[in-house]
Amino acid sequence: MGILEVKNVGKRFGGLQALGDVNLSVTENTVHAIIGPNGAGKSTLLNCLVGKLIPDTGSVMFDGQSVLGRKPFEINQMGISRVFQTPEIFGDLSVMENMMIPCFAKRDGAFTANAYAAMMKDKEIIERAEQVLEDMSMADKRHMNAASMSRGDKRRLEIGMCLSQEPRLLLLDEPTAGMARADTNNTIDLLKQIKDERDITISIIEHDMHVVFSLAERITVLAQGTPLVEDTPDNIKGHPKVREAYLGETQDAA
Amino acid sequence: MFGLDKKDFRLLLLVAVLVALAPFILNPFPEGSGMAQFNAGYPDLMQRFVIFGIFAIGFNILFGLTGYLSFGHAAFLGVGSYAAIWMMKLLTMNVIPAIIVSVIVAGIFSLAVGWISLRRSGIYFSILTLAFAQMSYSLAYSVLTPITGGETGLQPKINDPRILDGALANGGTPKANLFGLEMGSSFNLDVGAWVFTFNAGYYLAGIVMLLAFYLSIRIFRSPFGMMLRAVKSNQQRLNYTGLNAKPYTLAAFVISGMYAGLAGGLMVAMDTQVGAERMFWTASGEVVLMSILGGVGTLIGPVLGAGAIKYMENILSKINSDILHTWFAFLPDGLEDFVVTLIYPFIGKGWHLTLGLIFMLVVIFLPGGLVEGGQRVARLFGRKKKSTDTPDGKTTPAE
Repeated sequence: MGILEVKNVGKRFGGLQALGDVNLSVTENTVHAIIGPNGAGKSTLLNCLVGKLIPDTGSVMFDGQSVLGRKPFEINQMGISRVFQTPEIFGDLSVMENMMIPCFAKRDGAFTANAYAAMMKDKEIIERAEQVLEDMSMADKRHMNAASMSRGDKRRLEIGMCLSQEPRLLLLDEPTAGMARADTNNTIDLLKQIKDERDITISIIEHDMHVVFSLAERITVLAQGTPLVEDTPDNIKGHPKVREAYLGETQDAA
Repeated sequence: MFGLDKKDFRLLLLVAVLVALAPFILNPFPEGSGMAQFNAGYPDLMQRFVIFGIFAIGFNILFGLTGYLSFGHAAFLGVGSYAAIWMMKLLTMNVIPAIIVSVIVAGIFSLAVGWISLRRSGIYFSILTLAFAQMSYSLAYSVLTPITGGETGLQPKINDPRILDGALANGGTPKANLFGLEMGSSFNLDVGAWVFTFNAGYYLAGIVMLLAFYLSIRIFRSPFGMMLRAVKSNQQRLNYTGLNAKPYTLAAFVISGMYAGLAGGLMVAMDTQVGAERMFWTASGEVVLMSILGGVGTLIGPVLGAGAIKYMENILSKINSDILHTWFAFLPDGLEDFVVTLIYPFIGKGWHLTLGLIFMLVVIFLPGGLVEGGQRVARLFGRKKKSTDTPDGKTTPAE
């Protein structure tokens, strides 16, 4: 029984069957990658997991509880954090404030009417946020305006914000999309470090095979809305069906 | 001090000093001199400065922090005013119950309006609030005449019940008071050619504004305030960070509605009459102008904006062509007429034109409003002593 159990999930947009009949089981404390060619339904699947979309059929269970019908903030409070394809951060706020917000959300819940408390005197939150910034080696950037940072740093901040909530499942949607090689490698190193140091389950959607094969312990290949095959990275590399559906297009990656 | 850091406390202190000394500061010109018409230190206008300051401070909590642009805040001001006048008719001419009830009633009304309007964001939200405000205005003007007095509005009458007050002295009229201190009572101080007026109502409104300002600083610096800024910055990230944006925006909406109600209640305390025109959409638009002119999302900006607009409305509009002719009398006749003709459209009833021009200039060249203008000037003069980075690393929402 995995921490995330997706059973018979289907989603249709008008005439397009985006997801056919998806079954997926993500084991706790592993890195599970979902790959597939464009239009395979990867993003649709992810959106069904975080409450952005509600599947037409099937069930999604996280740690024994259904996530279907819950709002994104409720699913986050259950322990699922999501990193977006383009870094979603609070651009108008400082890096420190960006980091404090998820810390407040983790400690105080989805809404707290603390309009009279002094934010900068909340030692517990400040220490926690500074700790995470330290872990992300971003402590020197704490006063910076978040929008003024490089894309790689924004990504690093976003991942840090998710980690500050100590999620049980971290979902990454093409975390290195549009990044320079150096930034991509930094992100891979960061994710490896997270995987090694923490009890955390990571589920990653990625195009870049270099990223997938450096991180993943299990890989599910999605094609035309249905899982083609699920196996270890080594087996996936040589799998004829996968080569045909996907890797054949990117010879250099394999 | 008071739970504020040094910088905020200094700002609060500055505002307190300005409010206390306003009768001097706003009356720089001697009585009877040619410049005396630029004096703004008379009770009526000073009261308006602080009351609209409160209105704008509250509006800024919603618009400045969350970015939700309400076009219907005058409705809450009007509802607060009606609640206050009814307290004066039914309970007592003492302003305390009137002010408290105006805040509560406006809070309840804004809860209802906000709960519905906040189902949408952006332009749709603005239109919904505008629709609510115009509905309130129309209702107050027509159907609800028994409660609102319709076209004539409401004022305390001699034969109102006023169950807490004793009978009026024979021939006396009901006057708003604070435990016997009449709001209209003033003390004149003559210093040489100058006359300074200290008005009880102004100081009451001023103290209330300081409290309202203090509260807004606390909100700005609280985790709640940061969440509101996060709503403005990236609602998607907020949702995926486990925070429910709806109660935050609704709370901000209600708080700003209560500020508007407070302003409405104080207006009645200063001048005991209410008419429906107070809720008209231009009144809602005015507070938007105040916030933008002063500096959206800054602490002091809305107060400055309110002051600037009320000053122009009351001072600029009183200049007429005769006054212009006396100013330019030193010019040769033809030239004098020419100059007066040039300036005339911008004064008197044309003061809106001046306001419009200033507003355009501010929006184009000073997007941060008058506050940004002040910061630029300060930077220009303070360049020598090049101060190091501020300790808390705040980027924008300082003062």
